[in-house]
Amino acid sequence: MRLLWLLAARDLRQAWASAGLWLPVAFLLLVASLYPFAVGPDAALLGRTGGGMLWIAALLASLLPVDRLVTPDRDGGVLDQIALRGIGEEMVVIARLAAHWLGFGPPLMIATLPAAALLKLDGAIIVRLEIGLLIGTPALAALGLLVATLTAGLRSSGALAGLLALPLAVPLLIFGAGTLGDGSGAALKFLGAASLLLVAITPFAGGAAIRAGRE
Amino acid sequence: MTGAALRLTNLACLRGGRMLFRGVNLALAAGGGALLTGPNGVGKSSLLRVVAGLLPAFAGTVERTGSIALTDERLALDMEAPLARALDFWAKLDRADGQAVARALDAMALTPLADVPVRMLSTGQRKRAMLARVIASGAGVWLLDEPGNGLDTASTALLGAAVAAHLAAGGIVLAASHQPLPIDAPVTLALADYGEEAA
Repeated sequence: MRLLWLLAARDLRQAWASAGLWLPVAFLLLVASLYPFAVGPDAALLGRTGGGMLWIAALLASLLPVDRLVTPDRDGGVLDQIALRGIGEEMVVIARLAAHWLGFGPPLMIATLPAAALLKLDGAIIVRLEIGLLIGTPALAALGLLVATLTAGLRSSGALAGLLALPLAVPLLIFGAGTLGDGSGAALKFLGAASLLLVAITPFAGGAAIRAGRE
Repeated sequence: MTGAALRLTNLACLRGGRMLFRGVNLALAAGGGALLTGPNGVGKSSLLRVVAGLLPAFAGTVERTGSIALTDERLALDMEAPLARALDFWAKLDRADGQAVARALDAMALTPLADVPVRMLSTGQRKRAMLARVIASGAGVWLLDEPGNGLDTASTALLGAAVAAHLAAGGIVLAASHQPLPIDAPVTLALADYGEEAA
């Protein structure tokens, strides 16, 4: 537990120092402010489509920090130094996932509030959007981290990460945006299931990817 | 760190379809040091990584008692952090005592630079910072990959003193270098092509 805390605290500090935390937030706000220009100022149309638009923005925003999640520490020898100390790669990925979500999920949820105001979303939709993001952002963080471990050390890893992550993110988008118009809560349960699955496999798949990428 | 031991038996390394070395045998007891020599590309760094457990051995075994510390060409310190805090992260992972970083900084004459961000350090200072990380780790087995590169005469003396102190305290040093180093090394392991080992 102490180990997990040490690793996660460092990861969070690194994210803060590299100013990478603002990127997804700025991206979400930018998309939300551009969208009304593209579809026109029709409040009814914006209200009906804005929630789904924000889900797409959140999904794409989750790809922005992928570059800095694993590659700098791999190239800098940090991952090797951690492995030398007998710490498993799975532990590294769990700590990184926790730190990455903390630096990505809550800021994105806060940024959603002004973004929702820009799109004239009503209160009920905003509540559903926030609940959906609370459940969905761990999955987006896990997915981003997973493709970051898989593509670390490859050339043009950023573009490859996008190609890898987007198909895997489709269920999250369907269920996430589905929660907005669905009163039964089924979409929310599916979103939760998809999120649990991604968060559960990321430490093992990511750990194996880091080990396999060592040369 | 007493009780450190390292034994390589018939070790071989295959990388990229090429046999870098084979039949490497080495036994070091507490207080033992070894110097790896050989031309570029002969597999010195690979041998250190195999010993560290970061690369799989193609054949042979590595038996090790005691924890390891490794320096290679990569700094592995957070660039934006002040030097002392960057070292402190590793010292905490190593469960070193509270003064370990201060002592290591002192041993490498880096104490005046403790508050300077790592990215501002020069090449030689970075090399010394890596060595400070090794010293602070309290590990029994030191694996040093070209520790003397980029060091001036005074810093090379500090390196020699640190190695001597580590050996005197019962540690083990395995250093790879193509430069002569001020290491009092009883065993020299020359890696020739196709590993006709000298030791």
